Amino acid sequence: MDSTAVPARPTRRLRLPRWPVLSLIGAVVFLFWAIIAIFGDWLAPHDPGAFIDSWNVLGPMTHQTWLGTDYLGRDVLSRIMTGAKYTVGLPFVTAGLALFFGLLLGVGATLLSEPLDTALSWLMDTVNSLPSTIFALVAVAGFGTSIPVLIIVITALYIPSAYRNVRAAALNVSRMEYIDAARVRGEGHLHVIFREILPNIVPNMLTHFGIMFIYIALLLSGLSFLGLGVQPPEADWGALISENMVGLSYGAPAIFAPALSLLSLTIAMTLMVDAVSHQNRER
Amino acid sequence: MIRLILKRLVLGVLTLWLVATLVFLVSGALPGDAAASLLGQDATPATLAALRAQMGLDQPEFIRYWTWLGGILHGNFGISLANGQPVAQVIATRLPNSLMLAGLSALVAIPVSLVLGIASAMKPNSVFDRLTTLLSIIALSTPSFLIATLFVLVLSVWTGWFPALSSVDRVHSLGGLFQVMTLPVLALSLSVIGQMARMTRAILLQQMNEPYVETAVLKGSSGLRAAVLHALPNVAGPIVNASALSLNALISGVVFVEVIFAYPGLTKLMVDSVSNRDLPLMQACALIFCAGFLILVLIADIIAILTNPKLRTA
Repeated sequence: MDSTAVPARPTRRLRLPRWPVLSLIGAVVFLFWAIIAIFGDWLAPHDPGAFIDSWNVLGPMTHQTWLGTDYLGRDVLSRIMTGAKYTVGLPFVTAGLALFFGLLLGVGATLLSEPLDTALSWLMDTVNSLPSTIFALVAVAGFGTSIPVLIIVITALYIPSAYRNVRAAALNVSRMEYIDAARVRGEGHLHVIFREILPNIVPNMLTHFGIMFIYIALLLSGLSFLGLGVQPPEADWGALISENMVGLSYGAPAIFAPALSLLSLTIAMTLMVDAVSHQNRER
Repeated sequence: MIRLILKRLVLGVLTLWLVATLVFLVSGALPGDAAASLLGQDATPATLAALRAQMGLDQPEFIRYWTWLGGILHGNFGISLANGQPVAQVIATRLPNSLMLAGLSALVAIPVSLVLGIASAMKPNSVFDRLTTLLSIIALSTPSFLIATLFVLVLSVWTGWFPALSSVDRVHSLGGLFQVMTLPVLALSLSVIGQMARMTRAILLQQMNEPYVETAVLKGSSGLRAAVLHALPNVAGPIVNASALSLNALISGVVFVEVIFAYPGLTKLMVDSVSNRDLPLMQACALIFCAGFLILVLIADIIAILTNPKLRTA
């Protein structure tokens, strides 16, 4: 409870005012979706599974159903809000897990033996070089499509990319003079890794987290679009788009609302990634 | 240099083997094997055992793995569970369609994104550059199934210019081919162009700040000449590598484009085989994609080695 020491740290790294306007807008949009993802189940005006207006399927926007009704007459707004926990939450969790394990393996491999390091790098490069959609399809066929399985499969698919990124960034930093200085000072291997290298690759890891988030969000909604991702009765935005395909030619909000939501999410993240990576390059 | 290329080739073969192993292990992980899903709910234990013996499923996993791997080396991918035809035969009818789709898209996407990337790198922060950057951000943040869907809506449902379904099999003239292929190729190239143009711009821009490019400009060469003749040759390797990686996006794009346009290609086949749990067919499809992709990366690697003057004497 030392109140004097608290404000010093967060202002050091997150200099928000220096972000370009577009990236700030991206941050606001992302924050909005994050809040919806967390509280969507409570905030939704209707039960996402309830048939509000079965006579008026693919209906227009009204003050009762703000974003219209879907192909079965359910409230689109409520379904988007409850689907947010999958479309926003799953990429967030899996990208985080992938980054964590990538870091763990990256650090572990350098600490252990040289041949293990080479073998691991080769395995990671191999998985990394696979077309991720194809391998996700293989994994879905092999393990099924429950939510825990999706989390494990996607995390496993993205660990190599995180591993490679962490390694490359760490390698860049390890050539810096202050690393030599620390070694000459007699610091141990672990100290150099956790106190000298790690803090300096945080911006890099944040950028990569954002990039993985975008790819995973696109991959997951794509899988759901194919009917191989999140399964009914639950639905993420990809599933919402695919189940309301019939409404496409009528221009029903039931298909455009989830599509635009998905677009705003990925574009918001891209803009944030841009800001962090620019800031990183300027330093 | 030849030794370096040989090393890459050997590594490529090893990688392919590792990929095949991964595909086999992952796809066969779910309990309940092919025989059970073929016979359905009302299979008696006796018929199940007979079918399993006939399909070689009573063998231990390790033996099956070697039989499978050996079969692939002889071009024998097994029998499709869905229709009883040899997998190789099913794939042979579909593969050319997918190759045509991917090839045409690459033919459109690569030149366009190179030109866009070079043009925006020459005048960074100009209106053109900002516009290209914004458009490529949008293109690359949009799921390819959404791009394809919008194309169908605008260019097919609303205007009626192009057919919404790509029945390539019934096309006999060049004009008909153009009609059928335009939408899928456009949808597919758009998602790739965003990524590739951005990477080309980033790689080239970094090089444009080098002193030797500045010297060329000061000696009076035009911006275009400095970019294309002086800077571009030095970044050909990285750009080719980046393009190969964009093909990853191309392949996942192919999946959705083929499904949406009901295009009779290989990825459509693979998605169907996943839904039907037709394992032999799916394994073969996955393997072909991975092999194709690895070969492209390998070619990109070799081009990068060949275009790098530093490695020519080594």
